[in-house]
Formats: sequence, structure tokens, C-alpha cells
Amino acid sequence: MAVIYEKSKGLNERALTYCPGCTHGIVHKLVAETLVELDVLGRAVAIAPVGCSVFAYDFFNCDGVQAAHGRAPAVATGIKRCAPDSIVFTYQGDGDLAAIGTAETVHAAHRGENITVIFINNAIYGMTGGQLAPTTLIDQKTSTSPFGRSQSAQGLPIKVCEMLAAIPSSFYLERTSVHDVPNIRKTKKAIKKAFQYQIENRGFTMVEILSTCPTGWNLTPVDSMGFVKDQMMPYYPLGVYKDGGAE
Amino acid sequence: MAKIKLTFAQDFCKGCLLCVDTCPKKILRLNLENVNQKGYNPVECVDMGVCTGCAMCAFICPDSVIGMEREDS
Amino acid sequence: MKTLMKGNEAVSAAAIAAGCKAFFGYPITPQNEIPEYMSAKMAESGGVFVQAESEIAAINMIYGGAAAGARVMTSSSSPGIALKQEGISYLCAARLPCLIVSVMRCGPGLGGILPSQADYFQATRGGGNGDYNTPVYAPNSIQEATDLVQKAFNVAEQYRTPVMVVMDGLLGQMMEPAEIKPIPRFKNDTDKYATNGESGRRGRNIVNSLNLQAAALEQSNLRLAEVYKEIIKNEVMYESTVEDGDELVIAAYGTPSRIAQNAVAELRARGIKTGLIRPVTLWPFPDLAFQSLPSSVKNVLVCELSMGQMVQDVRLALNGKLPVHFYGRTGGVIFEPEEIVEKALEIAGGGQ
Repeated sequence: MAVIYEKSKGLNERALTYCPGCTHGIVHKLVAETLVELDVLGRAVAIAPVGCSVFAYDFFNCDGVQAAHGRAPAVATGIKRCAPDSIVFTYQGDGDLAAIGTAETVHAAHRGENITVIFINNAIYGMTGGQLAPTTLIDQKTSTSPFGRSQSAQGLPIKVCEMLAAIPSSFYLERTSVHDVPNIRKTKKAIKKAFQYQIENRGFTMVEILSTCPTGWNLTPVDSMGFVKDQMMPYYPLGVYKDGGAE
Repeated sequence: MAKIKLTFAQDFCKGCLLCVDTCPKKILRLNLENVNQKGYNPVECVDMGVCTGCAMCAFICPDSVIGMEREDS
Repeated sequence: MKTLMKGNEAVSAAAIAAGCKAFFGYPITPQNEIPEYMSAKMAESGGVFVQAESEIAAINMIYGGAAAGARVMTSSSSPGIALKQEGISYLCAARLPCLIVSVMRCGPGLGGILPSQADYFQATRGGGNGDYNTPVYAPNSIQEATDLVQKAFNVAEQYRTPVMVVMDGLLGQMMEPAEIKPIPRFKNDTDKYATNGESGRRGRNIVNSLNLQAAALEQSNLRLAEVYKEIIKNEVMYESTVEDGDELVIAAYGTPSRIAQNAVAELRARGIKTGLIRPVTLWPFPDLAFQSLPSSVKNVLVCELSMGQMVQDVRLALNGKLPVHFYGRTGGVIFEPEEIVEKALEIAGGGQ
């Protein structure tokens, strides 16, 4: 028998705490598979944010740290600087990374910290019950934008890849999606590239992954995948925003 | 055609239907007769004979429920 | 051999002598000599120096560095320490050792940059959430500061807790002869907790403060309380000149204790038998020093560069046993020995 697909050794036996159909689980698998394939699982440190993925430290088969809300890139800086042989990644949602932790994100990129940021953009605060995020789309209804996000009141949604691309020291930035299998494969490639660059000490790498929140969006998991494709992707174009290692 | 073996870690299934929707052969469904430890109807395969081993179901499953092997012929 | 050192620089040099591996900080007056010194010396000694984008980022880099098992240090001053409170609470909960030097200036708000002791509560009570304490050392000379900084690292690692060294701005800025006398380093088994990416060798470590199960979280708070009990039992430090027959006790810490010392001498010269208690640890507080006072003592006078903060701990320690008086100046005004003498005479007169 030849294995076509099996659960990654990079994840442990714990059941994920995410809602049914939440794409956090897909991204967890991709990160775990990457760490195993690059043979750095035993050197990896996962830094969990505050948000739905607050328990991420519990799922990866490597060292794990839970950081204060928004501070994961600062914690990652401390670890990577003090343990330069470690492979450090933060796993952050949009509230954590692009609202309360914007300064830490921007300045980790600005210093060119040799870390990898896995950024889950699902346009909402999931864990606290579906409130408006900086990434919430125009007209999208949330529990704190019950009439839909309006440009005049809340501004336009923040584009993190585009913002960080303007920072001279950022090294690799790509936005991908996990709404179908071809895009899941592309996301895996992007994650692998980011970690490969970290192994080569190239600098700050981030993969922004358009993801779902079926519970917060009040959609089925399948319809949520459609929302990513039809609503999010037009505003958040997929692609490589910076690749310092491109030929 | 090589024989495909599908395994389901059924107690990890949350019945989200992403695999059911993704399967090109439409041979997956929720087993409404069965309730797993988490209280969900878990996924099952109703016609292994037509499975091509594309593994799209496994790729999209957020909870690593599905494993897939190919029998060497 | 003693050399003339500025307080802030002496503290930095002592930290490096103690094996400090990384410094993360943010500029704020009156402690800038510390990051300035560290930026040069860390490069020379192969250590890490990062000037963070904010106090909040700095304390979270400390969280990361401590999580990686390194001897780490930050320093700041009053409004900056205020911003670090969240991180300090996390460090306590996650049981991570580090040194935080607080060079106190005037508040509230942006306040002023002159010396003060108005952050006694900030250091001993903290503004972070939850049930936690941090050991707090308050040196009154540059020599003592260099000794306590080294001790603080050991205590931090022994009990796996953040430790603070608080200095009023006077001590940070003044120069005195001092000698850095290295002390034995605590053998810290970082394999027990460090998340430095070596799980392949020793299995996984997790650094975490989250616990959603009520019973389990209560257990972890009880374990923390046990650690604090041990610290209270083992780590109290103070100096006392109180002797049988003394009628008045003056309590002061940090540089103002040296001013109080002059006042005590003056009072004794005037025939008022006075002793001095100088807490060196502000937490754990030397309760016993006050509870074991001879029966001759009639009054206690607490002198601080604040509106009265340590005085509350003295009252708690005495629990109504003796009248506790207070004299303080704030805003950067430093009291003269004569002011303390005057206050003491007023108390002694009132007592007769």
C-alpha cells in the first residue's frame, strides 16, 4: 500500500477546537506538513495569538507559546533573536495582526525579523462572536456593524500585504486562499517558500491566507468557500506582493 | 485500476460537508444513522469502486479525518 | 577596585556581568543611559540588543527571550512601566524569569522627569490583571544596585518570575564609586520550560497563561501562591538600626533613606532616640521588621518621595499596633533632613 494522504506528523492527536468547516484546520495541516517536509519540526516554535487560534500552541508537534493579543511578532522577535537556530512562526488572525497588533506586525517587518507570519484573513473577529474587523468588507454585516460596514464610518478594509510591501525590509509577502483544492495547494507552496526563506535567514516572510468563518458569517461551510471566492478575492487579489528571492 | 483504500477518523469529523461538496465523483455523504463522539453525523463513502484516489476530500478536510492509500497492483 | 560609576551605567554593567544575554527596551528619560550602554556592550559581548517600537513590544520581546531560556532584561521609567503591565502579568502567569529595571520619575500622567518614588504601588501591586506579585528590590546606593541586579537575575530564575529593581531617578543619574562583585549564578535548567526550538531533542515545551477550565486555573493560581509564599519566606531583605529604648522609628527606602539617615543622626543628637528601618525588598515587604519593634517605640514615621504609598504597607504590617505618620514631597522636590527632623519633633512633641 502506498500512502496518498495521511494526517501530518506535525500535528498531534488532539482534536482541533475550531467550528465545523472552519479553514483554520486546513492551514494548520499545511503548516504542519511544511515543517515536516522541510525537516524543521524539531526546531520550530509556534506562537499562538489571541483569537480562535489561541490554542494553536496545543496542536503543532513542536514548542508552543501563547502570546498576548497582537504581540506575537514581538514575542517571535525575542525568541528568534535569543535562539537563532529555531524556526519561529506566528499564527495570527486579522484582529490580532491588523488591529491591536498592527505596530508589532509593521515593525517586525521593518526590522526584517527572520520569522514567518501566517496571517488568517477571514474578515471578522471569530472568537469574540463575529465583530467588525479591520478586514471586514464594505457592506458586510457583523455584530458591531449591524447595518454593514460603511466607508464613511469605518473606512475601507485594510490590505495587509499591500501595506507591508511598502516596507523596505519585508522579504516575502504572498496572499493566497484555501477556498478550493487548487488554491490549497498554492497556499502550501507559499507557506513552504516562506519557511524555506526563513531557513536561509532571508528575513521577514508572511503568507496572508483568505479564510472562512462560517459561524461568524452565518453561512454553511460550503457557502463560506463561495464567499471567499466571490466577495473577498475581488477586494483582496491573490498573488505575490514581494519576493526578495525571485530571480 | 489500482484499488484505493479510504480511512475515516470518524470521531474527528464535524460533518461540515466540505469533502462531500469537493468530491468529483460525489461518492461521499454524511452517515445519518451514526453519531460520533462529538455529536456529529460523520462522513462515509458510499461507492469505493469509483474512487479515483484524487484525495481532494482529504486535502480540504480541516480536521484531518480522511486518510488514503493506494494498493499496488 | 572601585571606579566612579553613574547609577544607570553601573546597573547595566552589573547585568552584563551577571550574564544578561539580551536587552529589549524603549527610550524614556531618566533611564536612557541603560539602553545606550547596552546597545554598545551587547554587541561586544555577543548578546542581543533591540530597541523596540514601543514599551509594549519591548516587554513582549522579553516574554519571547525569556521563553527561549535566555537571561533577559528591560528597563524603563514610570509611564513606560505602566505600558508594560500587561506583559508583566503574562510573564508571571507563564512563569518566565526576567529583570525589569524601573527608574522612577514623577507622575501621574506624563508628569515630569525628576526623581520620585510614586511608583511604589506600580511596582508592588502592579497594574496588570490577575493575582500576581513580583519581587521588588530597592537599592539605596550604586554599589548595592550592582549587587541587587545580579541577585535579581538569580531570584528570577530560581522562582521563575519577573523581578523588578526600582531606583528613584536620583540613583540612576548620580555617580558613586562602586565595584561589580560577581556572585555565583543560579543553575537554571531551561530544558524544563524553554521554547527555544529544541523539541526535537527534549520533547515539546509550552509557554502559556491560558486556562479555560475553572478548577485547573484555580490550581495554577494556587501553585503561583505557593511560589509567592516561598519568596516571602526566603527573600525578605531590610536594614534596621532600631535598638531597645528607641522611641521613634523612621522608615524610608531608596535614596531618601540616606536623607532619613542624616535626620536620624540629627534627632539622636537632639536626644530623641530614633532608629531607621530601610526595606530593601518592597515585595516581599519586611513586615517582621515592624512587628518585632521594641516596646519602647511609640511612633513610626514613613518618609517617601510620594503622597504616601509604602506607608500603607507599614500600616498593614503594624495592624494598628502603633501610630504611623507620613512625610513626603512629590513632583521632583526632594526633602531635606531638616524637614524630616521637624516632622519628627512635631510627632515626638505630640506624643509627650
